[in-house]
Amino acid sequence: MSWVRVCRLEDILPGSGVCALVEGKQVAVFRVGERLFALANFDPFTRANVLSRGLVGSKGERLYVASPLLKHRFDLESGECLDDPSIRLPVYAVKLEAGEVWVGVPVGEKVGT
Amino acid sequence: MAKRIVVVGNGMVGHKFLEALRARTQDYDLTVIAEEPRLAYDRVRLSEFFNEPRPNLSLGTYEQYAGWGVRIVNARASAIDREQRIVRTAHQEIPYDTLVLATGSYPFVPPIEGRDLEGCFTYRTLEDLTRIEAWAQHSRKGVVIGGGLLGLEAAGALLKLGLETHVVEFAPRLMPVQLDELGGRLLKQKLEAMGIGVHVSKSTQRIEARGGRVAALHFTDGSSLEADLVVFSAGIRPRDELARQSGLEVGERGGIVIDEHCRTSDPHIYAIGECALYRGRIYGLVAPGYEMARVLAEHLTGGERAFSGADLSTKLKLLGVEVGSFGDAFAQTPGAREMLYSDFGKGVYKKLVLSEDGRRLLGGILVGDTADYANLHGLATNAVELDNPEHLLIPPAQGGPARAGLPLTARVCSCENVTKGALCQAIRSGCRDIASLKKATRAGTGCGGCVAMMGDVLKEELLRLGEKVSEHLCEHFPYSRRELFDIVRVRGYKTFDALLRDYGRGYGCEVCKPAVASILASLYNEYVLEDAHAPLQDTNDRFLANMQRDGTYSVVPRIPGGEITPEKLIAIGQVAKKYGLYTKITGGQRIDLFGARLEQLPHIWADLIAAGFESGHAYGKALRTVKSCVGDTWCRYGVQDSVGLAIRLENRYKGLRAPHKIKMAVSGCTRECAEAQGKDVGVIATERGWNLYVCGNGGMKPRHADLLAADLDEETLVRYIDRFLMFYIRTADRLQRTSVWLEKLEGGLEYLREVIVEDKLGLGAELEAQMAHHIQTYRCEWKATLENPDKLKHFRHFVNSDAPDDNIVMVEQRGQHRPAYDFERNTLPLPLAMGVEP
Ligand code: SRM
Ligand SMILES: Cc1cc2nc3c(=O)[nH]c(=O)nc-3n(C[C@H](O)[C@H](O)[C@H](O)COP(=O)(O)OP(=O)(O)OC[C@H]3O[C@@H](n4cnc5c(N)ncnc54)[C@H](O)[C@@H]3O)c2cc1C
Ligand code: SF4
Ligand code: FES
Repeated sequence: MSWVRVCRLEDILPGSGVCALVEGKQVAVFRVGERLFALANFDPFTRANVLSRGLVGSKGERLYVASPLLKHRFDLESGECLDDPSIRLPVYAVKLEAGEVWVGVPVGEKVGT
Repeated sequence: MAKRIVVVGNGMVGHKFLEALRARTQDYDLTVIAEEPRLAYDRVRLSEFFNEPRPNLSLGTYEQYAGWGVRIVNARASAIDREQRIVRTAHQEIPYDTLVLATGSYPFVPPIEGRDLEGCFTYRTLEDLTRIEAWAQHSRKGVVIGGGLLGLEAAGALLKLGLETHVVEFAPRLMPVQLDELGGRLLKQKLEAMGIGVHVSKSTQRIEARGGRVAALHFTDGSSLEADLVVFSAGIRPRDELARQSGLEVGERGGIVIDEHCRTSDPHIYAIGECALYRGRIYGLVAPGYEMARVLAEHLTGGERAFSGADLSTKLKLLGVEVGSFGDAFAQTPGAREMLYSDFGKGVYKKLVLSEDGRRLLGGILVGDTADYANLHGLATNAVELDNPEHLLIPPAQGGPARAGLPLTARVCSCENVTKGALCQAIRSGCRDIASLKKATRAGTGCGGCVAMMGDVLKEELLRLGEKVSEHLCEHFPYSRRELFDIVRVRGYKTFDALLRDYGRGYGCEVCKPAVASILASLYNEYVLEDAHAPLQDTNDRFLANMQRDGTYSVVPRIPGGEITPEKLIAIGQVAKKYGLYTKITGGQRIDLFGARLEQLPHIWADLIAAGFESGHAYGKALRTVKSCVGDTWCRYGVQDSVGLAIRLENRYKGLRAPHKIKMAVSGCTRECAEAQGKDVGVIATERGWNLYVCGNGGMKPRHADLLAADLDEETLVRYIDRFLMFYIRTADRLQRTSVWLEKLEGGLEYLREVIVEDKLGLGAELEAQMAHHIQTYRCEWKATLENPDKLKHFRHFVNSDAPDDNIVMVEQRGQHRPAYDFERNTLPLPLAMGVEP
């Protein structure tokens, strides 16, 4: 795993997301309270890089982001689409260290376009 | 090793089979051989390809196929070696344990001289449509050969492409398979009224060429018809060539013979969809194909399901004309009786076929009005006993048509074969809305035609269960929007978090967050991007622009009343040029600039504000525009300055956030060129003042506005509008336009008039004060944003880089540009591998 520092915690308003460029990949990073989540920024239903701009919500205990385009919901923890469980987004490791947000990428993983 | 299933053909039915199989098992190694250059798409909706915006017709995504573990071979299967169990393509040999043929059919082109000329087309694939579209650009007159269902669809497409359109049918009427003489005649009348030439009882003898291109059709009766584009739609033929060539049993007139488990004469090979022949019959519709797909998926996983034929009933909307045909439409049952209703003036024809004793419905034909199709079809399929079958054609004055009473076995969704009983079961086990019903039963996920019926069943069943249809905003707030509004107003809540803590539960969602943000904005009019509010806003409000399908935004500066100086027009043009934006005049009398990347928005707005513009709130559930006609300033009929009033109203209410968007218009006289009676608030000038209309709507369900008060002076007019808007804001549901709100308002228009004009609730002063507060606190949101560096830093695509999103690809069109469609990109932008956990 290699870690990339992406921003400071205050750069993300609580309850919202930002998009980070991590080794060529677009990663959507969300802050819910003091918890952080990271998943792909690509909405597979509309094929646009927009998930970081979606609203964060909860269904029961599950936290999700709803795509701003057609409102498909994706579990923040697992990447699974709540509306179509056959679809699952890549998720990434993310950590907070001294007020800074880091995203982890497995070493050797192919870099996508 | 897992058993290998190879599917030939990735059309609608091949796709459904993969889906149905994977829903039952992860066993089997799956390969699909697909000849078309993309994954399965919705052929039933093929004609929508010509819609703007172009819809996404795909049924499956590459991610989904990867998730299912399906290998995709993009090639045509050229041969089957049944001995060795191998399928061949030009470059590969693919072994199978089980082979599934889902090769569909091809359009039949009659052997007419000239059928291969340039300008002759078929109508089956997206590639066909792309070619037709290109050819149509330099054509004037198009002819469709074949007046059946698909032919009429093709005619609709030619009309959309701007061609003079003709349909030529061999039989003496249109849609001979579904319609009788009268029905066909009414349909012909309707098409002709749209400007389509209809030529029945015509047989084409040859197609004449000029310069190698299509020029005219010549018929056997000696007549002819000029044409520079010809579409053949004379029926379909099953694609059974692989089966034939490998010695499988095929029907006399084509089609791969199958049994009730979709098995062909070789036990290792199955056939499903339009290529299959079951008991001498080919089914040219998607629903029976889907049923075969499900039967086969169950059969391969040990289920019992068997195919037992299908019903060829159809309901469609062709060129805007509703047509339905079901059951024994031609009264072929011995003793059957026909009952007709026809009103060609109104454009309606209905025929019902009844059993000999007149107690059961056997079938029918509907043209011009198919509202009762689902109900009638249900009554026929389930042989429901009827007391007064004539009420089905002309309902008695009270009580309406016999809608309820559908038995539980009635099929509500024919695409997915879901009965009313299955829906009720799902409702009893917890489904409370259409979305969850769709998910649980898959009903409504095909053509969508049954969704209204699903709504009826839902309501009926909930009523039966003694539940009311919940008005709760969502799982986080057990209150309606109206109740929440009062809670916020009376208790003075200022943030979502505080309200959630005291009155809600959980974390919130994409429904309640924007709804509460809107309530807070209506009441306090604080800057929507305050830290406490920004994360609640839908992306449009969050970035103060409208997100487009590729993630870019559109920008709409306010142009009050539609009046604009040449200097400002030039300024807009300069901004568009500078940032490379697509420009379009909107339906709301202003100009939309499309294709702005997130990081460009602040720069664009800095320029626009410098030129004197303000935010147009096209992104908000807020006042949009006040349309105007030119009025007495120029018009010879005008009796008041409609532009002046429109500008004053727009400036008064701009930025006002509401449960849904609000539109207004002002016309200078009764000719109503500003279409004020189609607006939430419409004002029409009279000799003595202004008439105020409310609760009109264009859009999905147009509603004519109602006159609230007449001959008002401007001061009274404005006072009434203030009260009206604030009363609506207080009491409407989330995303409820004023038109729907009024329809649901107890007491209706009379009550509304009492509240607004007579101030019966004594609320007038309070509502006006609330509006005054809004007007005093109005600020242009873009101006506020540009002054706030903290907010500006959110306007970039990456938090850690200045690079733009590289997934945004534009292509040229009509001298400007637009986002590329998937198939125009060289490579599919799949950014990441699937299912990754570091
Ligand atoms: C740009 C424009 C089309 C155009 O190129 O002309 C447009 C574009 C959109 N309309 Fe519209 N409507 C536009 C005029 C209209 C009109 C005509 C009018 O206002 O006179 C109507 C019918 C009148 C009416 O609303 O009663 C109209 C009825 C709708 C509806 C249906 C509303 C309804 O109650 O039935 C929707 C869907 C909705 O709001 O839920 C909609 C939604 C939309 C959305 C927001 C869809 C979306 O979510 O992406 C479009 C995005 C705008 C954008 O990205 O900039 N648009 N839309 C027009 C902008 C006018 C403006 O200057 O602000
Ligand atoms: C314009 C239009 C409108 C329609 N409207 C309706 C409607 O309103 N309602 C309705 O019920 N039905 C409608 N239909 C019919 C419906 O689309 C078909 O019933 C349905 O698509 C059949 O599915 P299928 O998978 O059997 O065939 P298809 O969808 O045709 O799929 C077969 C696929 O197999 C591929 N293939 C064939 N041979 C090979 C090979 N040797 N190797 C590799 N691939 C191969 C083909 O290229 C094709 O992609 C309409 C059809 C059209 C064209
Ligand atoms: S509504 Fe009346 S004043 Fe306005 S443009 Fe039309 S005719 Fe002229
Ligand atoms: S009937 Fe087509 S989706 Fe239900």
